[in-house]
Amino acid sequence: MNKRLVEGGHTNAFNEGESNEAGMNTSCLLLKNMQRMAFWLLTLAATNVGAAITSRYNLPPAASALAQEMYELHDFMLIICGAIFVLVFGVMFYSIWKHRKSKGAVASNWHENITVEIVWTVIPFIIIILMALPATRTIVAMKDTGNADVTIKATGYQWQWGYDYIRGEGEGIGFLSQLATPRSQIEGNEAKTPLYLSEVTQPLVVPVNQKIRIITTANDVIHSWGVPALGVKQDAIPGFTRDAWFRGDQIGTFYGRCYELCGKDHAFMPIAVQVVSAEDYTKWVTTRKEAMAALADDPAKTWTQTELVARGEKVYTANCQACHQATGLGAPPAFPTLAGSKVVANTPELIQILLNGRNAMPAWKGLSDVELGAVATHVKASFGNNGGIVQPADFRAARK
Amino acid sequence: MSAVTPASAGASEHAITPPLVPGHAHGSDDHADHAHDHAPYGWRRWLYATNHKDIGTMYLWFSLTMFFLGGTLALGIRLELFQPGLQFWRPEFFNQLTTMHGVIMVFGAIMPAFVGFANWQVPLMIGAPDMAFARMNNFSFWLLPPAALLLVVSFFVPGGATAAGWTLYAPLTVQMGPGMDLAIFALHIMGASSIMGSINIVTTILNMRAPGMTLMKMPMFVWTWLITAYLLIAVMPVLAGAITMTLTDRHFGTSFFNAAGGGDPVMYQHIFWFFGHPEVYIMILPGFGIISQVIPVFARKPLFGYASMVYATASIAILSFMVWAHHMFTTGMPVTGQLFFMYAAMLIAVPTGVKVFNWIATMYRGSMTFETPMLFAIGFICVFTLGGFTGLILAVAPIDIQVHDTYYVVAHFHYVLVAGSLFSLFAGAYYWLPKWTGHMYDEKLGKWHFWLSMIFFNATFFPMHFLGLAGMPRRYADYPMQFADFNAFASVTGFGFGVSQLLFLYVIVKCIRGGPKASADPWQSIDGGLEWTLPSPPPFHTFETPPVVK
Repeated sequence: MNKRLVEGGHTNAFNEGESNEAGMNTSCLLLKNMQRMAFWLLTLAATNVGAAITSRYNLPPAASALAQEMYELHDFMLIICGAIFVLVFGVMFYSIWKHRKSKGAVASNWHENITVEIVWTVIPFIIIILMALPATRTIVAMKDTGNADVTIKATGYQWQWGYDYIRGEGEGIGFLSQLATPRSQIEGNEAKTPLYLSEVTQPLVVPVNQKIRIITTANDVIHSWGVPALGVKQDAIPGFTRDAWFRGDQIGTFYGRCYELCGKDHAFMPIAVQVVSAEDYTKWVTTRKEAMAALADDPAKTWTQTELVARGEKVYTANCQACHQATGLGAPPAFPTLAGSKVVANTPELIQILLNGRNAMPAWKGLSDVELGAVATHVKASFGNNGGIVQPADFRAARK
Repeated sequence: MSAVTPASAGASEHAITPPLVPGHAHGSDDHADHAHDHAPYGWRRWLYATNHKDIGTMYLWFSLTMFFLGGTLALGIRLELFQPGLQFWRPEFFNQLTTMHGVIMVFGAIMPAFVGFANWQVPLMIGAPDMAFARMNNFSFWLLPPAALLLVVSFFVPGGATAAGWTLYAPLTVQMGPGMDLAIFALHIMGASSIMGSINIVTTILNMRAPGMTLMKMPMFVWTWLITAYLLIAVMPVLAGAITMTLTDRHFGTSFFNAAGGGDPVMYQHIFWFFGHPEVYIMILPGFGIISQVIPVFARKPLFGYASMVYATASIAILSFMVWAHHMFTTGMPVTGQLFFMYAAMLIAVPTGVKVFNWIATMYRGSMTFETPMLFAIGFICVFTLGGFTGLILAVAPIDIQVHDTYYVVAHFHYVLVAGSLFSLFAGAYYWLPKWTGHMYDEKLGKWHFWLSMIFFNATFFPMHFLGLAGMPRRYADYPMQFADFNAFASVTGFGFGVSQLLFLYVIVKCIRGGPKASADPWQSIDGGLEWTLPSPPPFHTFETPPVVK
């Protein structure tokens, strides 16, 4: 699959040149180097005229028609504003240069002129109408979320994204997508890779050239699901749903992030959207569904404590650790400590809080009974707590 | 404006120098005058102050203190962002820094600074003996230090200061610790202070103008403050409502912003921005007023289009109530809503453009000199206009959706709030310091302050446009590698900007302590305002007999 970094579409071209160099003779190398130089010069030139190839100076290269419209709209606005700036400040700097006392300028008494005042009120008004026209067209297009091929619900959690394919090919698939960058890189104990804070455990996979409708919502506080290259940014609001759409027109991986302050790990819940060909998408859906079937737990099974603790540790790391910390000490008062906690000792209360949430603790109804039983058993067995076992069946009973 | 009879110049016979440094410059030689004026001295002079000059001075020192405090927090932000990765702060604390930087700068530095200017200048410019409600004036100032104290203390309570962003969006606010409550109380107190201050300013301007000073003869600074005061009275209660609802959601089981109880988190944003958008004009309109005072004096030419300046200011104020949802394009609103707020927001460019054109036309065919106030005024026009352009670009909803909550927005509002509000405050401070202190400030250092501020400001905030376009979100404690270069650069220059401001403090203190004597009208203002008919520094009580404006 052609994986492409949004922030540097050109780096691949550059690297391909490098990897082939070994087997070439000198003249060929020279040619290759010249090509490379020409490429960089072009890049530089392109950057200077504003149509940036990289996304270090400008909006990222568009990977959907909507993003392309936004890109062009921005260029259009920039050119008009730039022209006005040069014109208006040309006059100002001309005055500063010519009409200074040190050059013997004598002040006139020109301080009123109805005609020019009307002119410089009407002309900006007309310019604004000209700017608003294309923008209106784009807004109407952005709001048309009907007739989607695939509909996906994106749920913001503190601090990860949950995806559920709710209509179209892949219906029924659901998973959580978390930051894949290791903590050691964040804390500077390990070199940072190019995908630092962009890589996720499981990207959102969508088919190319199909209309994807994203329904956003959130579990705790407001998040915002944004992928600039696809031209989408939509707040995810707890208790409400909103929608947006895109049609990825090229194969590749596009990175986005959470754009609404959502607490401490706001910077650590990136988004990756992998746009793949129709065949690859079908393949992905098949494997994903098989894997889900294999993972499904037998509901009648009675689990041992060791099994539950082992399973629960994984659930804890994935879902609880961000707030309650790996040590279980949490960050009171918002995120209570679990060590020696009365709530953890009181099984019915623990079950209620896990299912329904309390204060900053979200409701974890979305996890399966086995996962909930496992994590409850795990916290009871850890952090110096007194142990005990909570069976998945207890959660099944509590849900009723 | 126009000719003035200096009827009350005789006031100088019982002059008390109003020193700008509390406790300093309190010469024993004016003791007899104290007795004559029954003016309290020592700490009582400040605690019981009812004199508009003393209260103005306290406002200005308060805001300068808050400015350095907020600036220190900003340097904490830049420190962490110098490199990718978490080096100095936990992300929780980083969010406290960004939040409190915003709250302190908006409510502690910029707003009180303009009220300080109003206290000093409005009575002097309209020929009034003092503010209308002298004791309420005292109270509105003395509410501020306790509020500031609450904000500072909130860093030290469990969980630290609020970290929900200066916009305090629900439901994140519900997760905050007691620091959130302290911030809510502080904002309530500051809001009450602002409302009282505004009522005072409106009453003073409408009732206490010198005979002959009709509304359309008022100096622009007075006009802009009159309009700003109305904005404040209209919207500060709205903020109070929003944060009170936040408070009851947090503690008393209400669900205004909680969907589970039938509320709506987005409603908070509507209420907040109904306050918040007029608020940004509250922070810039008096700045427009200062610039409109400074430019004609140093261009030696009357302000171009005085009447259209007044109408443009009023139009901006009225439009500011109809555009709030342009801060909320990504919340997802109906297509008609998005279109309406986009058109309305773009429309504001028209009156703002008129103001810029008028300033430039004032300079055109003038006879300009470039003392520090003028440098800051010209600098203001350049950089503020850049901020205006990015504002126009942000008003276009499809582009806004791409750059919403990115550093593009951070760049935009620092261009209008630092290069706009702050630079206009600097221009005003240098312009009126000779009047207030009786001394000329050090022109050379003033110019250094301007050039350092201007260069470091642009070096810090211009690259943020690139960061935002490339997609770097604001309020991020850590960021991907692609943003590293500009962040490192902005951090270095940001420290440069911060350190340059110490020079401003030095210039002020130096000016208060001494310097060449300032004449009554050191700038030889051509359409001299009433303040220039008074000696520098003006006596403790001025215009006890109103001057007559022809």
